[in-house]
Amino acid sequence: MASAVSSLEKYVEEYDEIKSTLPGQELDWLVQLRRQGLDQFSTQGFPTIRNEDWRYTNVTPLIKKSFQSVVVKPSIAVMPEQMHDYYVPDCWQVVIVDGHFSKTLSKLDGLPEEVVVMALSDALIKCPDKVKRYLGQAVENEDHGFIHYNTAWFSEGLFVWIPQQVKMKQPLQLVHVVTQENVATATRNLIVAEAGAEGMVIESYFGSQAQAYLTSSISEVFIAENAHLTLYKLQNEASKALHCSGIYSRQEKHSSFNYLDFSFGGLMARNELHVNVGFAAACDLNGLFVGRGRQHIDNHTSIEHLQPRGSSRELFKGILDGRARGVFQGCVKVFEDAQKIDSEMHNHNLLLSDNAEIDTKPQLIIYADDVKCAHGVTVGQLDDASIFYLQSRAVSEEDAKDMLTFAFANEMVEKIKVSGFKSYILALLLQRFPQGSIEKEWL
Amino acid sequence: MLSIKDLQVNIGDKSILKGISLDINPGEVHAIMGPNGSGKSTLSHVLAGKDGYTITGGSIEIEGQDLAEMAPEKRAREGLFLAFQYPVEIPGVSNIYLLKAALNAVRLHKGLSEVDALDFLTLVKEKIKLLGMDEKFLYRSVNQGFSGGEKKRNEILQMAIMEPKMCILDETDSGLDIDALQIVAAGVNSLRSESRSFLMITHYQRLLDYIVPDVVHVLSDGQIVKTGGPELALELEQKGYGWIGQEA
Ligand SMILES: Nc1ncnc2c1ncn2[C@@H]1O[C@H](COP(=O)(O)OP(=O)(O)OP(=O)(O)O)[C@@H](O)[C@H]1O
Ligand SMILES: [Mg+2]
Repeated sequence: MASAVSSLEKYVEEYDEIKSTLPGQELDWLVQLRRQGLDQFSTQGFPTIRNEDWRYTNVTPLIKKSFQSVVVKPSIAVMPEQMHDYYVPDCWQVVIVDGHFSKTLSKLDGLPEEVVVMALSDALIKCPDKVKRYLGQAVENEDHGFIHYNTAWFSEGLFVWIPQQVKMKQPLQLVHVVTQENVATATRNLIVAEAGAEGMVIESYFGSQAQAYLTSSISEVFIAENAHLTLYKLQNEASKALHCSGIYSRQEKHSSFNYLDFSFGGLMARNELHVNVGFAAACDLNGLFVGRGRQHIDNHTSIEHLQPRGSSRELFKGILDGRARGVFQGCVKVFEDAQKIDSEMHNHNLLLSDNAEIDTKPQLIIYADDVKCAHGVTVGQLDDASIFYLQSRAVSEEDAKDMLTFAFANEMVEKIKVSGFKSYILALLLQRFPQGSIEKEWL
Repeated sequence: MLSIKDLQVNIGDKSILKGISLDINPGEVHAIMGPNGSGKSTLSHVLAGKDGYTITGGSIEIEGQDLAEMAPEKRAREGLFLAFQYPVEIPGVSNIYLLKAALNAVRLHKGLSEVDALDFLTLVKEKIKLLGMDEKFLYRSVNQGFSGGEKKRNEILQMAIMEPKMCILDETDSGLDIDALQIVAAGVNSLRSESRSFLMITHYQRLLDYIVPDVVHVLSDGQIVKTGGPELALELEQKGYGWIGQEA
C-alpha cells in the first residue's frame, strides 16, 4: 500500500514543523510522551482494514488526503453569532475552534470555584502536575494509530477536575468546531471526578457545511469511588469529515458512569468507547447513530469487568438510510475474579433503504463463572402494518415513516436528563425526520 | 355514500371476494355477518386501501369518487374510517400525538387550519370520557399493551376525533365486555347522523341490539348470499348460517 505509506510520511514530516507550537514543550514528561506517540505512529500509521478491529472501517482513502495539522494554518476569527447554533442552553461552555481554545467564545461564569475547568493548554501551565497524573493513564494499554497520533499531535483539549464531594449544578459543554477545509485537529480531553463528586459533561463536535477534515479526539475519563459522571457526546461533523474519537473511562468502586452518544454527521465516523468498570460500579452506555447518503458510522465499544459486583448496560440503536453503512462492535469482557457481574448489551438497527447496511458484532468473553450476561441484536425495517395503520388514520406514508423512525430513535432521546440537550437533539432529529415530532407540549 | 359494484379481489392467485355489490346511502347503518374466513375483513381492508390485495374486477366509490386509485391516507381524509379487527400496536408513538396528527390531516384536507392545542385537548377529553377511557391512555403508545377491549375502544376514540362520514367497524364488539359494549355502542350511536354511514361487521346479534341496522347482509365464501332487515340478524342468531345456502 504505497499510497498509505507516503501519506504516513507526510504526516510524520509535518510533525517537525509543528511540534514547537504544541502546548507543554517545557514539560519533559509530556515531550517524552509525545515522542513515544510519534514513534509508535511512525511505525504503525493509521489503522488499516488488515487490523481485525478495523475490518469494517477503512480510513485509508480519506487519510490519503493528508489533512494538514490545523496548528500551522492561520486561524480564522469566528463571530459569537456563528456559535449560537452550537450552544446547548443552560450549560457552561468551553469552545475549541480549529484546534485552539477560544476564551471569548467560552462561557464559564458562575462555575464553582473549587471546580477546575479550563483548556488543556492552560492546565499544562497552571496545574501541570494534575494533568500529569491523568494524561495517558486511561489509554496506556491501548495501541492503535489514532491514539498515538493524538498523543503526539494534540493541540488542545478540555480539562475538567471535580474535587471530592462536589456536585456540579449545571452541565459543561465542550464545543469543538472546525471551520477550515483539509485540516486535521487533535484534541485530548481529561475528565476527572474525584471521590463522591458528581458532574455532567457534553462533548459536541461540529463542522461547517461540506468540508473535509479530520477530527481526532481522545477523552480520558476518571471516575473515583462513589463518584457519578454523566457524559453525553454529539458528533455532528461536516458532511465530508472524518471523525475518529475514543472515550476511555476508568471507574473505581461504587461509581457510576452514564454515557449517551449521538452520532449524526461526518462522512466517516469511528466512535470508540472503552469502559473499565470497578468493584460494584455501574455503567450505562447508550448510543444512537443515524446515517444516510454514503455515511459510514462505526461504533466500537468494549466493557471490561476486572472487579466483582459490577453492572453494565449497553444499548446502541442505528438508523441507516440511502447507502449508509453502520457498524456496531460491542465486547463485554469479564475477568476471572469478577464474580457477580450483571451485564446486558443490545444493538437494534433500523434499515430504511435496501442499500443501507449494518455489521453488528456483539461479543462476550467471560472467564468468571458466577455472572449474568445477556446480549441481543436486531436488524429490521419499518413495519408495513404499522405504516398502513397510520395511513388509515390520515397520515401520509412519508409522515408515517418519519413517525415510526422517530419513535425508534425516541427511546434514546428519552434517556437525556438535561432538558436543553434533549431539545437540541430533538431538533436535530426533526431536521432528518421532519414529520416525526412527538410533541410534548400538552403533556 | 359507499357504492361497491361486483367487487372481485384476489390475494395472490387465490380469489377471496367473488363479486360483491353493496350500496350504502348517507345515514344508513349496514351490518355484515358471515362465517369465519368468508372475506369480511378482506373487504374492509380493500376499502381502506391496504396493500397485498389485487382488485381483479368491479369498482368501489365513495360519494362518486373512485376509491381504488386512492392512497389509504387520502381515503381517510375523504372520510373513510376503518376500526380494525386487530388494531396495530405502535411503540413510541403516543396515542394523543396520533390523534392530533390524524385530526390535523383531516382538517388540512378540508381547508381548515390546524387545531388549536387547547381546543384539541378539550375535544379529546370530552371524547375519551364518552368512551369511558382513562386519560392515561392518551399518553401511552398507540395500542401498546392495551387489552383487547381497550384496543377496540381506542379505535372508536380515533373515529370520534376524526369524525369520518363512512365508518367501517370490523368486529369492534369482539373482546368487549358487556358494559364496554354498551359504552362503545352509545359512542357509536352518538355519532350517527343523516350524513354519516356505518358498515358494521359482526358475528353477534348482541351489538345490533344496541346499534340497530337498516340493512343486514350475509357474506359467505366471498359473496353476499342474503340481504334483509334487522330481523335477518335475529334469524341468523337462532339458525346459524347453514340454512341460507339450502334456501337458495
Ligand atoms: N395473506 C393471505 N394469503 C392467503 N389467504 C389469505 C390471506 N389473508 C387472508 N386470507 C384468506 O382469505 C379469507 C378471508 O379472510 P378474512 O380475514 O377476510 O375473513 P373474515 O371473514 O374476516 O373472517 P373472521 O370472521 O374470522 O374475521 C380466509 O380464507 C383467509 O384465510
Ligand atoms: Mg375478520
